[in-house]
Amino acid sequence: MAVLEVRDLRVSFKIDKKWVPAVEDVSFSVDAGETLGIVGESGCGKSVTSMSILHLLPEKTSRIEQGQVLYKGTDLVPLDNRAMSAYRGQEISMIFQDSMTSLNPVLTVGRQIAEACRLHTQLTEAEAWHSALELLRRVEIPSPEKRMKEYPHQLSGGMRQRVMIAIALARNPSVMIADEPTTALDVTIQAQILELMKELKRQSNTAILLITHDMGVVAEMSDRIMVMYAGMVMEIGTAHDIFKNPMHPYTRGLLAAIPRKDRDVDELYTIEGTVPTLQTMPKGCRFCTRCKEAQPRCFEERPPMFAKGTQQVRCWKYETPQREEDEGCSSNP
Amino acid sequence: MQQQPLISVRNLQKYFAGKHRGSSVKAVDDVSFDIFRGETFGIVGESGCGKSTLGRTIIRLLEPTGGQVFYDGVDLASLSAEEMRKKRREIQIIFQDPYASLNPRMTVRELIRAPLDVFSRESEAEKMEKVTNIMHLVGLRDEFMYKYPHEFSGGQRQRIVIARALILQPRFIFCDEPVSALDASVRAQVLNLMKKIQREMDLTYLFISHDLSVVRFLCDRVAVMYLGHIVEVADKHTLYEHPVHPYTKALLSSIPVPDTDVKTEKIILRGEVPSPYDPPAGCPFHTRCPYAQPVCRERMPSMTDLGGGHAAACHFAQENLS
Repeated sequence: MAVLEVRDLRVSFKIDKKWVPAVEDVSFSVDAGETLGIVGESGCGKSVTSMSILHLLPEKTSRIEQGQVLYKGTDLVPLDNRAMSAYRGQEISMIFQDSMTSLNPVLTVGRQIAEACRLHTQLTEAEAWHSALELLRRVEIPSPEKRMKEYPHQLSGGMRQRVMIAIALARNPSVMIADEPTTALDVTIQAQILELMKELKRQSNTAILLITHDMGVVAEMSDRIMVMYAGMVMEIGTAHDIFKNPMHPYTRGLLAAIPRKDRDVDELYTIEGTVPTLQTMPKGCRFCTRCKEAQPRCFEERPPMFAKGTQQVRCWKYETPQREEDEGCSSNP
Repeated sequence: MQQQPLISVRNLQKYFAGKHRGSSVKAVDDVSFDIFRGETFGIVGESGCGKSTLGRTIIRLLEPTGGQVFYDGVDLASLSAEEMRKKRREIQIIFQDPYASLNPRMTVRELIRAPLDVFSRESEAEKMEKVTNIMHLVGLRDEFMYKYPHEFSGGQRQRIVIARALILQPRFIFCDEPVSALDASVRAQVLNLMKKIQREMDLTYLFISHDLSVVRFLCDRVAVMYLGHIVEVADKHTLYEHPVHPYTKALLSSIPVPDTDVKTEKIILRGEVPSPYDPPAGCPFHTRCPYAQPVCRERMPSMTDLGGGHAAACHFAQENLS
């Protein structure tokens, strides 16, 4: 059963006194124990989507205009800040990319984790300290007793990201949103953190929303993948679907544009041009200006999501629902 | 086939003053290699390994504290400031951050022709013709000429940076993480462009990156750095298919592949890179090496030649090869 379901979400930003939709028509769900990867390039709306789940976007310049965010059946969109605090960190927690700015530099690591442990509970300070120490052990920080008393700047980037994970785990949330959790780390440290996240997921059955621009990380971590471009979902499918049978021209282009450590190519596939800005978004499909397969219709009408087996794709190419011609899907019934 | 080196680095050192008096940080320590004419030589490694310092020391943006760099047979350190200034015509740089490396008050035209104003006595018309030609070569349209950097996306800005680096028709370009700030679709455009202009202008590249996938695409030979030392060097096929040094192996295995069918056996290194202020004795990698032996803690391994231009700084390089 889906623990978190987002339906038809539209988030707008105020730019030059006008409200411009940044994220539109976003629908997805994530089950307990499942990792949903959200991938896309800068500005595709992956972070905006995840931030709006917990109402973390600035209120003055952004608003959720439409849609529902259902957490175990409860819609979070109409809730005020006070009501939201019962969910933030408790039911849904978040790990950010930059651990240095996410941790308080003047408090010890131990105090910050203990604070998260005490949130909405009756734990005494001593009990919270004890739980915090346990959490540091769980995220495999060496000599945790010593580390508890240290400040964030005394820890390396990898260690700080472990602390962030410990804080996110403190209240045993059902959903964890990880926004580029390893982007700031070196590859050997990234490998350690990804391994840790996998292990923790096995233990706790938490649903993970993993936001990343790295197609390698998403391939390794995700059960299902959602590809976003210019504020819209272009394709959703299982990890296998997306990598073995990408349907959307954008997904295909993106995968072909990535150099690989295990392959020699003379020339990379390129997607010409650049992402349109929010103000210059085309009327039809948002990818039409860069799509090599674009038809006149693509410039005029915005395609809906078409379901194809376990995949959904936002492209007019897949409009006719001819079930028996679902090429390539035969391997995943 | 014996290729001719354009750049020969010999026992290059760059030490910085440490936190305490008399102490030093060995950012680059005893590094030697050749860069052949027309090739792309890659240096990979994690943050703080000294790869950028090495690159900057080679082109004398930093003064080396020891060792030599021969450019076309001439020891760069022996040149006077004026002689070095003239050489800089042939040596250009592309930095990582196209937002920081373009003056926001200059138009694209001014930015690209600035090197000509410094080095060339050509007429106005000749300069403008060169600017136009270079802009076409890197895929910038004529109407961009009077625009300012802030009007461009990261990928377009990097094209401006590349155009500026090319305007003096250099022979050697030091590329310091030139595509790390770019998104995948734009990165592919810039990487293809860099390959194209290398062929067309007969350039030699020194390419520094933390991204081993990008390096495989662009480079001919690759050196792996760790804590100021080169630990392995080889042509790219050998390095990616038959790495010998345990650090190279771990580094390669750590990179996630964008493919659900490829399941690489990961070598997860314990711990983290030691502080360059206090590097370990013996082999710099022994604190994290899964195969470390007593000898590794005591003695620094020298480069073992494995034939065919392949060398690794590991006491067990020969054994690892078989």
